[in-house]
Amino acid sequence: MRLSEHIYRTISSIGGPLVFVDKVFSARIGEMVRIVYPDNRRMDGEVLKIDGETVLIQVYGDTRGLDVENSSIIFSETVKLAPLSPDIIGRVFNGSFLPMDGMPLFIPEKQSPITGFPINPSARARPEEFIETGFSCIDGLNTLVKGQKLPIFSAAGLPSKEMAAGILRNARLADETKRFVVVFAALGLTFREYSFYRTVLQEMRTGFVAFVNMADDPVMERLLTPRFALTVSEYLAFELGIDVLVVITDMTNYCDALREVSTAREELPGRRGYPGYMYSDLASLYERAGKVKGLAGSVTMLPVLTMPEDDITHPIPDLTGYITEGQIVLSRDLHRKGIFPPVDVLPSLSRLMQHGIGAGHTREDHRKVSNLLYKYYAKGRDLRRLEAIVGRDGMTDSDKQMLDLAGAFEQEFVNQEIKRRTVHETLDAGISLLKRFGVVVE
Amino acid sequence: MTVQRTEHSSEHNVGHIKGISGPTVTVDMQGLKLYDRVYVGRAMLTGEVVRLEGPGAIIQVYEDTRGLGMGEPVKGTGNPLTVRLGPGLLAGMFDGLQRPLERLREETGPFITTGKELYALDYMKQWRFHPLKKPGDAVRMGERLGYVEEGPFKHYFLSHYDGAILRIIDGDFSLNDSLGELDGGRDMVGCTEWPVRTPRPIRRKLPSREPLITGQRSIDMLFPLSRGGTAVFPGGFGTGKTILEQSIAKFADVEIVVYVGCGERGNEMAEMLEEFVTLTDPWSGRKLTERTVFVVNTSNMPVAAREASIYTAVTMAEYYRDMGYHVLLLADSLSRWAEALREISSSLEEMPGEEGYPTYLASRLSSFFERAGVVETLSGELGSLSMILSVSPPGGDLTEPVTQACLRTAGAFLMLDTSLAHRRHFPAINWFQSYSLYEKELAPHFREKVSPRWEELKQKCREVLRREESLREVTELVGIEGLQDADRLLMQVAERVRTEFLGQNAYTEDAFSPPDKTIDRIGAIVEFHAAASEKLKQGVLLEEAVKTSLNAK
Ligand SMILES: Nc1ncnc2c1ncn2[C@@H]1O[C@H](COP(=O)(O)OP(=O)(O)OP(=O)(O)O)[C@@H](O)[C@H]1O
Ligand SMILES: [Mg+2]
Repeated sequence: MRLSEHIYRTISSIGGPLVFVDKVFSARIGEMVRIVYPDNRRMDGEVLKIDGETVLIQVYGDTRGLDVENSSIIFSETVKLAPLSPDIIGRVFNGSFLPMDGMPLFIPEKQSPITGFPINPSARARPEEFIETGFSCIDGLNTLVKGQKLPIFSAAGLPSKEMAAGILRNARLADETKRFVVVFAALGLTFREYSFYRTVLQEMRTGFVAFVNMADDPVMERLLTPRFALTVSEYLAFELGIDVLVVITDMTNYCDALREVSTAREELPGRRGYPGYMYSDLASLYERAGKVKGLAGSVTMLPVLTMPEDDITHPIPDLTGYITEGQIVLSRDLHRKGIFPPVDVLPSLSRLMQHGIGAGHTREDHRKVSNLLYKYYAKGRDLRRLEAIVGRDGMTDSDKQMLDLAGAFEQEFVNQEIKRRTVHETLDAGISLLKRFGVVVE
Repeated sequence: MTVQRTEHSSEHNVGHIKGISGPTVTVDMQGLKLYDRVYVGRAMLTGEVVRLEGPGAIIQVYEDTRGLGMGEPVKGTGNPLTVRLGPGLLAGMFDGLQRPLERLREETGPFITTGKELYALDYMKQWRFHPLKKPGDAVRMGERLGYVEEGPFKHYFLSHYDGAILRIIDGDFSLNDSLGELDGGRDMVGCTEWPVRTPRPIRRKLPSREPLITGQRSIDMLFPLSRGGTAVFPGGFGTGKTILEQSIAKFADVEIVVYVGCGERGNEMAEMLEEFVTLTDPWSGRKLTERTVFVVNTSNMPVAAREASIYTAVTMAEYYRDMGYHVLLLADSLSRWAEALREISSSLEEMPGEEGYPTYLASRLSSFFERAGVVETLSGELGSLSMILSVSPPGGDLTEPVTQACLRTAGAFLMLDTSLAHRRHFPAINWFQSYSLYEKELAPHFREKVSPRWEELKQKCREVLRREESLREVTELVGIEGLQDADRLLMQVAERVRTEFLGQNAYTEDAFSPPDKTIDRIGAIVEFHAAASEKLKQGVLLEEAVKTSLNAK
């Protein structure tokens, strides 16, 4: 909705991605502007701050080549919007919402602000419908449900990419007749990673929409990409009634971009230089997952992040964990043992699992099998420390059996290479493992 | 005592937006008072004056400012930020500014857009008023005039003035109607407004003598809370703060609960609401929602309203306390409130203190905690307001400013331990680090009202846990096989104390444990320990001693 355009040539100063414009009347906070460079290049930006007639603008891209005399700013009178249409399914876009698949942009049916609106808490429906990822460690022990946000905490060098790809390929709804679309947002991808994901997308059976922000794209776009993806997801879910799974990778790149932008704005840094509002900012993304009473679709979110220095108390995993409903934690130790996916189920948790499993959801015995597996594996893991001290020979027979159970659990239950398992296969695998070690399941 | 509604009388007080930065707006307006409520922009966003500067003022806006434009109008109300108080709050769900979320949804759909003002109370609804006074009676300020039935509660109306009653109704009325008249032409009303940042008046504070039973064995026995007291529980993510808050909301032995979801998740509120409508209050047998007021400002809702939410909640809690009820305020999480304060402070470009928090963090916190207490109300009744608040320290690090500021004022400190949570020991209350300052003064109550053995069994429980801790180090070196039988027995007893007594799964029947059950549980374990020890002394083998002592029970 472009009511009118105001063009200004009154730039007073430029510093990094920030531009001050003078003598501006009626600017709006968050308003989209277009910056016209002396060489006629165009770049988008946003009104960050208004002080009398001086307006501070954040430019989304590189400000090299911009000058004070010959550049101009066009005000749009509207906040940043995303174009939407059912035709978006199957398309790939970059972080500025431009097609990357060689086809023209669809004709938008409508436009919505990319920051979205908070779901009224009284309108939320409790998430309780099972989504099958195909991975036993998730489906069996840390079950994902529609409307949940469940991040994967990875670390440098661990196969989070392969795991995300596995989920992109294998995720299914319990009710296969319902429409299901995966929205994929890639933030700060290297070319290598991009080629990898491109192949995955080409092979996908479910519908998808992808937004790809490359490592050398402007950092500011990295902050917009997930918002485009989520605006599209909300549209697909709450207007078209589709169940949407959003995979965002890598949130660490997002947070670093947030820090970089914040520093450029000369804001006060918080822990490890990340801005004090990072919790609220991350929440403005993660909280967009959900289900709404009386509406058919849902937005489920699987953000992937890399824990810097493998440290789970680092602000990125820490603040994420404070907002999401659980976490799937990858382990370097399991990866070294050649286990894929290398998920350590002990610190992993799906907080919304309780309502999504059992009769009518997965299988009647799910809760029992999952509790037993967790309990005995935890016991076995505890005993490993003792084994390291007294040696295997110094242990009782029952302790040795627990040790073996823990080992087999990792090698056979968690480890599944790229083979997809249904939740029934997962539970059966769990039961047969428990029985082999003499645990009574009935 | 009332703040008259004057929004419409001061419409002449209008100015314009001169600057916007995040949630703060500069206006060129005269005649505003600090903390006055204002309406900002054509969307009429709610704001509060936070600073007066030269010819203008700085406003903190409680809603999303995106799209707000330079030059848009700003209107003063002449009043501070208030909440509306009257019958109909119970079972309601409000945002940080006390907008009723259910009605907001009916009017604007499932997503919250800005600038919609809705009143918390239903001014159309008919209530049956039962007078307690008659014409000619003299009343004092704060005295009960009469009541309506709000669910199972008598909702008392208190006089706002001293005076003599000329006229008082007996029958149906709505909140727009008068309840009668006092001499001097003063109206008696069924609802009132109160500025959220001002504590409501009381006659005096009283020492607290009664426990606040939570139904959590580890709290009630080891770290008892007191009615009118304050407790905080800090813990990293996933340590069970929310589940604990919710469990206490379900089972606490109080009359009214105000629950604040402050900057937390929308899904867990949906879960809680769906669950609460199916549950009953174990103490009164009535529907749980009927005693609960929800204030919800999730993490993605505006930050400034998050800051206001705990004040909105505590004012409603005080309102019911003033009728002579025992009220409990639960907030999850206080850290999110503090972070909101920090975000606002930094957008005001105030000088930051530790970790960027404003230097007034600690004093704001302690004056908030001071609103708790056992009180003699203006009408001479006994009422209490207790607070149990969760804290979310970054990285689980308890040396951070919010935890530290809470520690200085709160009466009980329940430390939730990440390693216990990873072992799925819930509630993950660390039994060595936590404390309650109320323990001593509550001891007589437990001894007299629950069991004469209360203190003794508590000591035994602590002793077992302490000895286990020192034996654990030995075991790490030599294995359990290397211990003597008595010590191995103790390890088994300690495990039972941890799993059967301290541990309480919130998803099972065991989620609620009344004091008599609590004492039975620990009693049984302590007796088992005594019986088995006795047998060991007689030379019975450990396994046999354990087995026979278990069967004996
Ligand atoms: N009493 C309990 N019984 C059983 N499980 C529990 C209990 N308390 C916590 N849990 C488990 O721990 C999970 C996390 O608990 P909770 O959501 O209360 O954590 P939290 O401390 O509020 O975390 P955050 O700070 O991220 O909000 C729950 O989803 C549940 O699986
Ligand atoms: Mg919580």
